[in-house]
Formats: sequence, structure tokens, C-alpha cells
Amino acid sequence: MSELLQFLLSGLTVGAVYALVALGFTIIYNASGVVNFAQGEFVMIGGMTTVFLFDAGVPLFAAAVVAIIVTMLVGLALEKLAVEPTRGEASVVTLIIITIGASIFLRGVAQVVFDKQIHRFPSFSGDEPIVIGGATILPQSLWVIGGAAAIFAGLYFFFSRSLLGKAVLATANNRLAAKLVGINTIFVMAFSFAMSAAIGAIAGVLVTPITLTSYDAGIALALKGFAAAMLGGMGSPLGALVGGLLMGQIEAMTAGYISSEYKDAAAFIVILAVLFVMPRGIFGRRTIDRV
Amino acid sequence: MKPMHCMRAAALVAAAAAVAALVSPAAAQIKIGSTLAQTGGASFLGDPEAKTLKMLVDEQNAKGGVIGQQIELVMYDDGADPNKARTFATRLVEDDEVTAVIAGSTTGATMAMIPVFEEAQIPFISLAGAVVIIDPVKTWVFKTPHTDAMACAKIFEDMQARGIAKVGMISGTGGFGKSMRGQCLKLAPQYGVEIVADETYGPKDADMTPQLTKIAATAGLQAVLNPGFGQGPAIVTRNFRQLGIKVPLYESHGVASKSYIKLAGEAANGVRLPAAALLIADKLPDSDPQKPVVVGYRDAYEKATGDPVSTFGGHAYDAFHMLIGAIERAGSTDPAAIRDQIEQTKGFMGTAGEVNMSPTDHLGLNLSAFRMLEIKDGDWTIVK
Repeated sequence: MSELLQFLLSGLTVGAVYALVALGFTIIYNASGVVNFAQGEFVMIGGMTTVFLFDAGVPLFAAAVVAIIVTMLVGLALEKLAVEPTRGEASVVTLIIITIGASIFLRGVAQVVFDKQIHRFPSFSGDEPIVIGGATILPQSLWVIGGAAAIFAGLYFFFSRSLLGKAVLATANNRLAAKLVGINTIFVMAFSFAMSAAIGAIAGVLVTPITLTSYDAGIALALKGFAAAMLGGMGSPLGALVGGLLMGQIEAMTAGYISSEYKDAAAFIVILAVLFVMPRGIFGRRTIDRV
Repeated sequence: MKPMHCMRAAALVAAAAAVAALVSPAAAQIKIGSTLAQTGGASFLGDPEAKTLKMLVDEQNAKGGVIGQQIELVMYDDGADPNKARTFATRLVEDDEVTAVIAGSTTGATMAMIPVFEEAQIPFISLAGAVVIIDPVKTWVFKTPHTDAMACAKIFEDMQARGIAKVGMISGTGGFGKSMRGQCLKLAPQYGVEIVADETYGPKDADMTPQLTKIAATAGLQAVLNPGFGQGPAIVTRNFRQLGIKVPLYESHGVASKSYIKLAGEAANGVRLPAAALLIADKLPDSDPQKPVVVGYRDAYEKATGDPVSTFGGHAYDAFHMLIGAIERAGSTDPAAIRDQIEQTKGFMGTAGEVNMSPTDHLGLNLSAFRMLEIKDGDWTIVK
């Protein structure tokens, strides 16, 4: 019994990591329909910057705050220099390719600015495992789960209750119409990239004590996070949360009960199955095209 | 001819003459080729190796080179990608026309390059771990690091001495982890060890608690062995302590660097692993014949690069000095003669141990060169 509980808690830990990364995709997608493949790099920059500042002697909390601000500036720069020049006329595919190029660029810069080693900083509340009914979970996992829940709540209220959130959704829906009703679409795009970068950085800060970080940590995280977001429905905060947790559980249960060799395969098979039946993911928006 | 044509023709002739004048006959130089994983996930292997080679080439050239000729090091970065490694190997042979090659930070890259050097008949000293590189023996291929098979043997030897008979394995699925897992499964019965659990994890996985929970639940478990390198073993070690598993944990020599201790934190205390003497250079007794070599290399490396010494850089050190020794004994730059002399290396004391090569043994190390270490208080200690 305690084995099942341990698998559950392990799945919760990994799932929360995926959910946090998946949440980062939502804002930019909701603002422009673009899947930002540089999202993994935002997570990496958040984690690596914190590591290097902390190693230089800055207190952990201050290092994390500075890392988040730095990542937001990177996200803003990405938007201003690579996305804005397209002046809203580029297709979604073009913008996605731009973000892929940006992610490769950021990885290269990270190798030079940081280094190529694997890094970590201490967990926020120590490493003493918390025992629940014979199974253990690390305090840092609770931080990750808490962070994911908080960001989810923030995004949910942002998109459903705030005027700016509605403006973001309107910009993706029809940019010209949004401009006509007075929405500053340039500000909305810049804001969405900065916020996504911030979410990515927060994810990086929270998960690094568990996953460790290096200049290429973004690739694997982005892949799993993107898959989780697709599973739950791209653009839906609830979808990102549920998708991530579900993927984590599938991986943990497969590793525990079937074989660890197949755990990645199992997760992706489930994603394919869901997408065959519900192409928009579990909580994805139904898109209606007017003919 | 029209004036324009005249001028153009004259300009071309002048340019050709200038180029011809600039091209002086090449100074007598021995070209040594190399392609290592200087960037990428295996850069903790390739980066110290590359720095070591550059440092040693400069040192040797300052001493007058080898057999009166300066050494030119042609270095590429393959990032441990076997495809790139093979491309660079072809380039080294065809474009750069090197005399000998010290390359291959990882097993995957090495195996991809072997056919190129075998066909071109250029001696190739690999810096990678798996036993398949030199077993079966290939005419032109040698290697300097201990094999994964030797690591398994050393670990099982230690387990036997501690009365451990039932072992659970959790391996990385990368080339090295997979290869060492296979070797350990093969060798275990010879040491009276039964492998009672066999789990794996991917190189980028963040949590191995499900696999470890399964292993811990196996009846009669007495120890756990973790072949692999990179971030995987660090996370396995942390998870191990998190789950409160009491049996001993053995790691492979793939984690023989301070960064593993730093990443695994307090969880690393009590972990045992086989490693080369370079890690405990200062703790060796003065009577140990390896001590002067490892201390000398460590001091030179740390002075030249400012980085802490790494056992992987030591592999490059051994390869370079064995190659220089072979060139000196051969007295020529003929690749076949150099190859023959590498094969006859005897009594060479390197950072990995004493090397005695033969036509059937292109590694030349025995188990005594490996030391069993235990991590105590965040530092290496020798297990008696």
C-alpha cells in the first residue's frame, strides 16, 4: 500500500514540474496563437541565473527575484526584437519558427554566459523528507505544487475576471478588431511575453533543487511541458495544471508497476490517444470558424 | 587585348604571385588530430580532456617538440554526437592528414569513428569507457580509461568482501550506463552476486523514486548499484536518501568528480565507487608509485586552467604521453610504426595506473589501478 502511495507522491512531484512549465505556454498562446518554444529556455534562464547569483553570495530569495526580473527582460527583448518587427502580419507558423530560433540562440548564449556544467542550489525548506503513511515527499515538491496552484489561480482569475486578461484573449481572436475597440495590441504582446517569461522563471526557481539545471535543461522540460499543455488543452490554465499532473502520474505508475523502460512511451501514447479523440485536449477551447 | 582585360589579367597574375610567395614550405610538423565533446551533455568529459591536450602540446613544443618536430594539434568539437564525430574523423584523415588521433570522449562517438581510422590505418587512442572499444581487439584502436567491465569487477570484489550477495541495479539508458549494466549482469555470477532488481531511467529524468521504491521492496536486497553518469546519479542518490533506503549504494566511475558530491549533497556520504588515483592524489602514501604522476598532473592542470583536476582529463594525459613515447621509440612519423610502438607500451605509469599493452590487450590496465573510494563528509576517502 505504501508503494502505491509513494508512486502517487512521486507522480505528484514530477507532474507539478510539468504543470508549472505547461502553465508558461498559456499566456502567449492566448495572446497570439503562438506556441512559444523558447519557454523551456525561460525556465532554464530563471534557474541558472539564480544558481550563479547564489554562488556569488547573493541570498537565495534576492537571487530568485533578480533571476525572474532578468528573465522577464529577456522575454521582453525576444518580443521586441523578434516578434514585433513582424507587425502582426506573420502567420502563426512563422512566429513559432521564430521562437524555435530564439530558443537555440538563448541556449548558445547561456553556454557562454554561464557554463556547461550541471548546477543546483539548496532546497528552500531543507531536504528532510516528509513521511506520509509510509511514503515520502520532499518539502521542495510541496513548494512546486504550491507554486503551480498559485500560478494557476492567478492565471484563471486573470483571464476570466480582469479586463487586461480579456484584452489578451481579444488580441488573439482578431487583432484588427481588438485595435479598433481601443486595445493596445503592442502592449498586450509585450506584456504576454514578459509574463510568460516570469512564469517560466518562477518554474525554474522552484524546480531546480529537484531537477537540477544546466544550459540545455530547457529542451527536455519544454518538450514534456508542451506535451502536458497539449494534453490538457493549450491555452487553458486548468488544462496545463491537469495535463501536467496527469502526465506525471502516468509516468510514475508505469515506472512503478510496468517497467521503467516504458514510462516515457506510456505518457506519449496517452497523449496521442487523447488527441485522436479530443484534438483540442481535455479542457481546450472549442474553436468555431464563421464561414 | 582591351585595356580592361589587360589590367584584370595583370591583377590576377600579381595575386597568384603574392599567394605563391606567401606559401612557404611547411615547417616539419607532426599533426595530431582530436575530436572531443567540448560542449553538450558530455562536456564534463571533453572539456578537461581538450584543455589537457592543449596544455600538454604547448608543454611538449616548448621542450622542442617530439623527434625534433613541433606538434600541431587539430581539435574539433563533436558534442558527443556520433554523426558529427564521424564527420570530423573523416575530415581529420582526408583534409588534415593527421598522423595519429586522440579522440572520442564518449563510447558512442568512439564506435562511430573506429571504422574511419581502421580503414585509413591511423592509430586511434580513445578516451571513452566501454569495453567494446578494445574487445574484440582492433588493430588501430587503443584506449586509456578503465573499462566499465573493470568497474563492475572492482565493485563486485568489494561487495564480495562485505558479504553482499543480492544486488539491485538502477541504470541510466545512455551509452555508458547501458554498456556497464550489460557488463555487470554478465560478471555478477563470477563474484557470487545475484542481481535481484533491474530498473532504468532516462538521462534527463528528474525523479527516480518509483524505480527505487520497487528496488527497495525486493526481498533480501543487500546493496544497490547505479551505472550511469551526468545528472542521473546525483538525482538517484538524493532520491535514495529521501526514501530512507538503508542498504549501501555503489556508483560507477562516471561520477568520479567533485560536481557529483556538490549536486548530491549530504546524500552522497557513504556512497562507494571505483575511481582512478587522481581523485585522492594527496591521500596516497608517498611510497605509491603513482603519486608523483598524479600530483604532477594535478598541479599543472590546476595552474594552467584554474579548474579542479578531473579524472577524465587524466585519460587525455595518459593518451598523450603514451603517444609521445611511441613516436620517440618509433623515431618516425609513419603511422604504422607509431601504432606498433603504442602496442609495445610497457611499464608506463599514468594517472589511471600502470599500462602494459600487448597485441591482445589494447588497454593495458589491471584492477589494481582502480581504487575503491568512499565519500565521507563530502570528500573522497580510500577504502582499505
